[in-house]
Amino acid sequence: MRVGLFVTCLVDLMRPRIGFAALELLESAGCEVVVPASQTCCGQPGYNSGDRASAQALARKVLGEFKDCDYVVIPSGSCSGMIKAHYPELLSDVPQARADVEWLIARTWELTDFLVNVLRIEQVPGTFQGTVTYHDSCSGLREMGVKSQPRALLAKVPGLVLEEMSTPEQCCGFGGTFSVKFGDISARICDQKCDDVQSTGTDAVVLGDLGCMLNIEGRMRRRGDVRTRVLHVAEVLAGTTGEEG
Amino acid sequence: MELRARSFRQRAAESLANPHLRKALSNLRSRMVVGRVASVGELDNFEDIREAARQVRDNALEHLDFLLEEFERNASARGARVHWAETSEDMNRIVLEIARAAGVRKAIKSKSMLGEESGLNKYLQAGGVEVRETDLGEYIIEQSGDTPSHIIAPAIHRTKDEVADLFEQRHGRARKTDISELTREAREMLRPHFLTADMGITGANFLVAETGTTMIVTNEGNGRMSTTMPRVHVAIAGIEKVLPTLEDVSFILRLLTRSATAQSISNYLSFTTGPKQAGDTDGPEEFHIVIVDSGRTRVLGSELREALRCIRCGACMNHCPVYQNVGGHPYGWVYPGPIGSVLTPAYAGVENALDLPHAATMCNQCGVVCPVKIPLPDLMRKLRERQFERDLRPWSERTGLKLWAWAATRPAVYAALTRIAARVGRAMGGRDGAIRSLPGGAGAWTAQRDMPAPAGRTFRELYAARKRG
Repeated sequence: MRVGLFVTCLVDLMRPRIGFAALELLESAGCEVVVPASQTCCGQPGYNSGDRASAQALARKVLGEFKDCDYVVIPSGSCSGMIKAHYPELLSDVPQARADVEWLIARTWELTDFLVNVLRIEQVPGTFQGTVTYHDSCSGLREMGVKSQPRALLAKVPGLVLEEMSTPEQCCGFGGTFSVKFGDISARICDQKCDDVQSTGTDAVVLGDLGCMLNIEGRMRRRGDVRTRVLHVAEVLAGTTGEEG
Repeated sequence: MELRARSFRQRAAESLANPHLRKALSNLRSRMVVGRVASVGELDNFEDIREAARQVRDNALEHLDFLLEEFERNASARGARVHWAETSEDMNRIVLEIARAAGVRKAIKSKSMLGEESGLNKYLQAGGVEVRETDLGEYIIEQSGDTPSHIIAPAIHRTKDEVADLFEQRHGRARKTDISELTREAREMLRPHFLTADMGITGANFLVAETGTTMIVTNEGNGRMSTTMPRVHVAIAGIEKVLPTLEDVSFILRLLTRSATAQSISNYLSFTTGPKQAGDTDGPEEFHIVIVDSGRTRVLGSELREALRCIRCGACMNHCPVYQNVGGHPYGWVYPGPIGSVLTPAYAGVENALDLPHAATMCNQCGVVCPVKIPLPDLMRKLRERQFERDLRPWSERTGLKLWAWAATRPAVYAALTRIAARVGRAMGGRDGAIRSLPGGAGAWTAQRDMPAPAGRTFRELYAARKRG
């Protein structure tokens, strides 16, 4: 099985270790993983900012990058949601792209969804000593149906105990460019998420989207919480949470 | 209502700094959001009903012209007078003309968002007709000289203590703090007006084409008194409110009250078909229905059409993380929250509400709870596209997006730039890996948050190095 890994622009720039964790998870499950070197961005910033032409240019670039793969797997609910939920509309006025779009969306998976529902993995490489709580990132939850999959996988991690926060489905306030256009509102929304995480008393909040991670970690640290770790589900499952990068 | 949507940013900042508002809005979340889950859970086929409701609303919008004519025929046959208003100014004028022709001095009013759109109360008062709001929330708004901040709970931004202070000052009675006592006091103040009003003005949740009926959904009984006690009743309604049959109304109600107030049914459902008939014991002598376009036809023919499905439940704002923190006033017009971020620019022009379609995290919680499946984030995105096409966004934003796309479609350029950014960011993060201050527009991030620093090498360069062994 040939799996194309789309690491996403944020992971590429900010947290390569999440990309390597995804790679490790896929390879340890027996996949042949290819990482197209030309990959950059799925086009979401332009799409959500009204710059349709830019978004289309990037979407068409993505269409051509995974043609030799059986699946395209992405460690992000928001970038996989961009492809699956929005490429058909975004490229609806480009009739020659229709077949490629249909091909791509049928093969695109969010990482945890893929591990559970395609690979059906029984074991994960990682171990974790401590308690965690899980934040459901909006696009993963509402566009990709990612809810039970990460929890099922975390339950397989030896030593890990999951304790739910009161409103795990509440938005963290990131919202892409919203976090900069309305920084004050974004931070206030994030305060509720931080309060909710901290009230669980767990060692870490785990989630599946780097945008939300940067937002929650950034606000937590500014509020003076240097204890609660903010971790991507891939690095917890791969057991690479102690690594640099 | 005066349009103030241009000042969203400034008024949102004021909201964030207001501790009373914060307290008041926390009630919204606990009551409306938690309550809705239980209420919707009573139905084992909520999603099926939701899909059926979407189809009924779409079907009605598709056949609006026929249904409105059918409504007019049936309402007229029962003795109601149907008036057509192209603009909200036309509506105001028609209502005042009705009042003058009938010699009306005082009108009692049940809540109407269309009345808020047109500023009906002010217009009638300037025309010599005394108008009294009778919905408790609207009464609080009227007494404090405020504007509504929610379409169902207009005074949601006021705490109980603020209302207690207001009533003490306005009514000149001993201060009460118990909610039921405050409510009783408001009833006592309103009662004389119900008894002396010549005209009742209501909105309409729906117009029923097959029977010519207008109907309203209320909890306080003021609506029922407004439709039955005064000798003249005027119902005002937007053209999009029409539904084909009573059966359609009955099943959409199952969604409306649950989505709005977590009730399986509201305390009152008032169906009004014609004025007082021979043999009736109560009801108005004259019944007028003013059907208003006011921009709706334009929206009907646009890509924002789905917004006209709205049945005004308020669930989108109750569940919106932005609304939950800034309340309704920053949205600057009648409709706050996600539906307002679509309707305000749709009715008033995208250039007059630049921030609204952007004041959303696109979390789609609104779209998920909307009982008629309005894809609110998608509609906001369409408005963002219209702004971008018309060069209405700031130069820095447009240029930034173009530069991003230029680089990201050139992998070699992109790789070089991200290698630099990863290293510069790493250096800025210092020993604890947290950037405390970013330059330019990104400074809005670091004003209240750290930016976790990048790791220093991009994934792609590390991956290439690993491949090389």
